[in-house]
Amino acid sequence: MSGKPDEERGRPMTNKWARVVVRSALLLGAAVVLFSPARAQTSPNAAKAKTSPAGVVQTSRTPQGQSDLEGVWSIAFLTPLQRDPQLGNKQFFTPEEAAAYLKKRSQELDADRRDLPPDADTALAYNQAWYDRGTKLGRNMRTSLVIDPPDGRIPPMTPEAKRRFENTHAYSAAHPADGPEDRTLGERCLNFSQEGPPLLPGGYNNNYQIVQTRNYVAILAEMGNKARIIPLDGRPHLPQSVSQWNGDSRGHWEGKTLVVDTTNVRFNDKSHFGVNYDGLTDQNLRVTERFTRTAADTITYQATVNDPTVYTKPWTMEIVMSKTEDPLFEYACHEGNYGMFGILGGARADEKKAAEQGGHQ
Amino acid sequence: MRTRLFLIAAAGVALGFLLHVSSVAQTPANRGPRTVDGKPDLNGIWQALNKANWDIGTHGPSPGPPDLGAIGSSPPGIGVVEGDTLPYLPAAAAKKKENFAHRWTADPELKCYLPGVPRATYMPYPFQILQGSKSIMIAYEYAGAIRAINMGKPREAPVDSWMGWSNGHWEGDTLVVDVTSFNDQTWFDRAGDFHSEALHVVERYTPASANVLQYEATIEDPKVFSRPWKMGMPLYRHVEKNAQLMEYKCAEFAEELLYGHLRKQPSK
Repeated sequence: MSGKPDEERGRPMTNKWARVVVRSALLLGAAVVLFSPARAQTSPNAAKAKTSPAGVVQTSRTPQGQSDLEGVWSIAFLTPLQRDPQLGNKQFFTPEEAAAYLKKRSQELDADRRDLPPDADTALAYNQAWYDRGTKLGRNMRTSLVIDPPDGRIPPMTPEAKRRFENTHAYSAAHPADGPEDRTLGERCLNFSQEGPPLLPGGYNNNYQIVQTRNYVAILAEMGNKARIIPLDGRPHLPQSVSQWNGDSRGHWEGKTLVVDTTNVRFNDKSHFGVNYDGLTDQNLRVTERFTRTAADTITYQATVNDPTVYTKPWTMEIVMSKTEDPLFEYACHEGNYGMFGILGGARADEKKAAEQGGHQ
Repeated sequence: MRTRLFLIAAAGVALGFLLHVSSVAQTPANRGPRTVDGKPDLNGIWQALNKANWDIGTHGPSPGPPDLGAIGSSPPGIGVVEGDTLPYLPAAAAKKKENFAHRWTADPELKCYLPGVPRATYMPYPFQILQGSKSIMIAYEYAGAIRAINMGKPREAPVDSWMGWSNGHWEGDTLVVDVTSFNDQTWFDRAGDFHSEALHVVERYTPASANVLQYEATIEDPKVFSRPWKMGMPLYRHVEKNAQLMEYKCAEFAEELLYGHLRKQPSK
């Protein structure tokens, strides 16, 4: 049901808590103070070991003896992708900073606020009930999902990528809705940031179901209703002539860590990694992901993005996936994409109106 | 005499051995691989080899949209339905005829919509069974359709959906999947065979040999059919070493059909 984010998610508690948090900074502050100190103490140590997260504990194994990643996992956390430049190299929030950040961020994201000018207000098409971004920071209290470079920022684009990016945006501004191809991949139900790689949280459907067998791991993203099926048998990647929106993934186990290498990522002038930042992917994109079961209820997920055409150096992000007992819902985006009819139909109506007004002058 | 007796005895032993071997061949243990916990191991990439997606009933060839020439025509096929007739209620039979007449504009497959169950099984594309230790996922190449089958305590569907809500369990060597909570938007084939939101499908996947699963689906829909009916077919394993489901996100290829008339420069 495109454009109906959380109507069917049936999570009254989540939404209720979202509202409670937004409206009660006092309660939020108390909660962070109560639950954070232990994490605040362990997190900085974890940060030192970038590729092998500290605190790895004995976790369950599959009948084949692999580390057990099966289950449903959520990345609905409010940790920003990139760090606020004012924080410099500060990797972790203190409890007070976390409370202040969550308060500010929740207010920014509150689709029920009605203090905006009319244009911005009508753009808030969904009210808060539709969203499911979570209400907390990630378990590790990080100030950004990006953990490398140390400033928590995605490295600058290469001059060539910057030029392409500017051209693309100039074209989009001039041709916002000439046809479906002018709209984002999400609006076309073709690709979403949550699908990965890398897995990045978004407005809703931040859930994954993992099923693993001896020779494969399947990662089903609720957003986009898409499963990446990752062979573990060491076979080569698809030929370069074939590209796919989620690339072509190959995996292997390094001890308890599932390492997934993805190439052949399809790109076009709309294939950003999501809405949080701008950066066009390219055929040279290679993403290396690491899934480590770090506790009974967590998988620590890291992804390194290497695209020498677009970025001046590689960057790495981390998010702690949290276990949930809720089932995934079928996100039939394309089947219910009434929005595309509205967007294109609206653009044509605007043009017609403009032409008529022009004719009368 | 003794020699003859010996020969008879030897022949008897040999015959017994042969019988023994053939009976071993038929025991469940030899019907394909097993998981560590002794269940049939259904992991693999499978595909039906029939023309049911064009018409689940036995049918001759027929023309398609003229501008697609022979590529768009429907190939003939032997039906997959037990008894080869669908027990439509009178009003539903009329609707099926109407669907058939408009099949080149009304089939949800044209728009790359999710295919529903059981149609996903016999579309002319591979699908992959991923049998984990706690749940089973079936990923279909067509449209990237996907089902997660709950193998734990049966859970109720939170909402209706295109691919339905699947609860599975084992009956001996058969994986039985109970599928409910469909919407009424999918068809069984390109010939307009259809169902309502009251559809209830019970699927049975039984290993017949290492590389063949026998598939059976019992269809129940009191709003459309006067009685439950069954379809069945073998599913064959892709044995190619490099077999792989590829991304076929066909929504993109339906955009022209769906939105072409709304382009700034209308294409039709």
